[in-house]
Amino acid sequence: MPSALINVPAKAKRGSVIEIKTLMSHIMETGYRHTASGSVVPRDIITSFICRFNGKEVFRADLYPAIAANPFITFFTTVTESGKFEFEWIGDKGFSETTQASITVE
Amino acid sequence: MAVTRHRTRRDVIRGAAAVAAAALARPALAQAAPRIAVIGGGFGGAACARALRRLDTKLQVTLIEPNRTFTACPFSNEVIAGLRELPAQQFSYDKVAADGITVAAQAATKVDAQARSIALADGTTLSYDRLVLAPGIDMRFDALSGYDEAAAEKMPHAWKAGEQTLLLRRQLEAMDDGGLVVIAVPAAPLRCPPAPYERASLIAHYLKANKPKSKILVLDAKDNYSQQKLFEKAWAELYPGMIERIALSQGGRVTSVDPATNEIVTDFGNYTAAVANVIPPQRAGRIADIAGAADHTGWCPIDPVTFASKLVPNIHVIGDAAIAGGIPKSASAAAAQGRACAAAIVSALAGKAPETPRLDGACYNTVAPGYAFSLRGIYQPKEDQYAEAEVTTSPVDAPREVRQQEAHQALDWFKRITGDAFG
Repeated sequence: MPSALINVPAKAKRGSVIEIKTLMSHIMETGYRHTASGSVVPRDIITSFICRFNGKEVFRADLYPAIAANPFITFFTTVTESGKFEFEWIGDKGFSETTQASITVE
Repeated sequence: MAVTRHRTRRDVIRGAAAVAAAALARPALAQAAPRIAVIGGGFGGAACARALRRLDTKLQVTLIEPNRTFTACPFSNEVIAGLRELPAQQFSYDKVAADGITVAAQAATKVDAQARSIALADGTTLSYDRLVLAPGIDMRFDALSGYDEAAAEKMPHAWKAGEQTLLLRRQLEAMDDGGLVVIAVPAAPLRCPPAPYERASLIAHYLKANKPKSKILVLDAKDNYSQQKLFEKAWAELYPGMIERIALSQGGRVTSVDPATNEIVTDFGNYTAAVANVIPPQRAGRIADIAGAADHTGWCPIDPVTFASKLVPNIHVIGDAAIAGGIPKSASAAAAQGRACAAAIVSALAGKAPETPRLDGACYNTVAPGYAFSLRGIYQPKEDQYAEAEVTTSPVDAPREVRQQEAHQALDWFKRITGDAFG
């Protein structure tokens, strides 16, 4: 059951640097493991993460099999106007999750 | 003395040379009884000191422990919940001393591994042939933002039994009905891995009877933990809706605390506790670091067969302070390590190869009076580290009579392990 956690400050001063934290629950199955009977456990990972602010991309990350389960991604950005952050995780087996958070710039 | 003789300097030198020659030829006969020092009088240190004397009564064994009374951690969660009083946890070193062990009620302040000497807090120095470090744990007051020694007086860890245990109990007793009790759990390794969940259970037992509108929140830097299914089943049965746990992958890792406001911050949330039990990250007791036996992790790498430190010569490390692979940091594991280490030292002194240890560990969790379950493990060295050879956990679907039996067994176990160490 996928679920996203995000931590975006509710308020920020114009132009200040803010920290954003995200965590997506996901097994991140590498595709390199075998079952007891020898068959490969198919790869099932998140392949990309995108953050947009008011529709414009501000951060992107590509993810690979070496990344552990439940990827925790934290990054810094600046904001000059109030608006909405949108977060998107895309992965194998049609995985797609989105969430969003608003920020007020003073 | 009937005969006196004037000794010249030449005589003295000649005599000294003869002694030295004899020492080289037959070291075992020329030496006095080997001196073994044990620093730390917990379950590991006491078991080791007593086993050394039992295996070889010629050994001069000194146990260095500043506290005149030992306060046991197992069952101390019952003290927090008001089910037991602290004196039931306390033991003197009288019987240890009666075994012919010198008990030095002093803190060790320095270890010189090259000179094989220990400095004590009273200024005296003690020489040894072999040293066993059993210093247990220290809290890392530099690891969690906002949590230092002063903060522990406001947000007790209660992870060493004693005053901290009583402080947490008093805070629970003083709390209004409806309060939020937060237990912050660090990532592994920690002393007694299932104990935070036993604590949550027993605090829930106290609250259910005395402050039923209150809740417990466990903020956990781990995803999974020992005997998890058993705890979860017990919580659903005994304390429905009272205990909430936020695991690591749900954002449960605590990143900072504020003792002024009792606020606890995780990566994804802020919580204000009525009572905050903050269990910080831990490391080997400080003397291990002073002796040079602890590595960058704060714990002590050892040879699993002899418990010899991999970093300093003639020093062995046992118990919670040691990096012991699959063995949980528990009282019974420490005692088993103490006995195995004693056997390894006696073998080494006799010039014999050590036997490969096979260690027993038991861990009982009491979640309510008359309701307990357990994990029993057998551990053996495998590829330079301890691995689980056999682990048995109580069945998840056992009837209540089994839990009742295990609660009795837990009390018997406590009597046995404290009797072995201090009785």
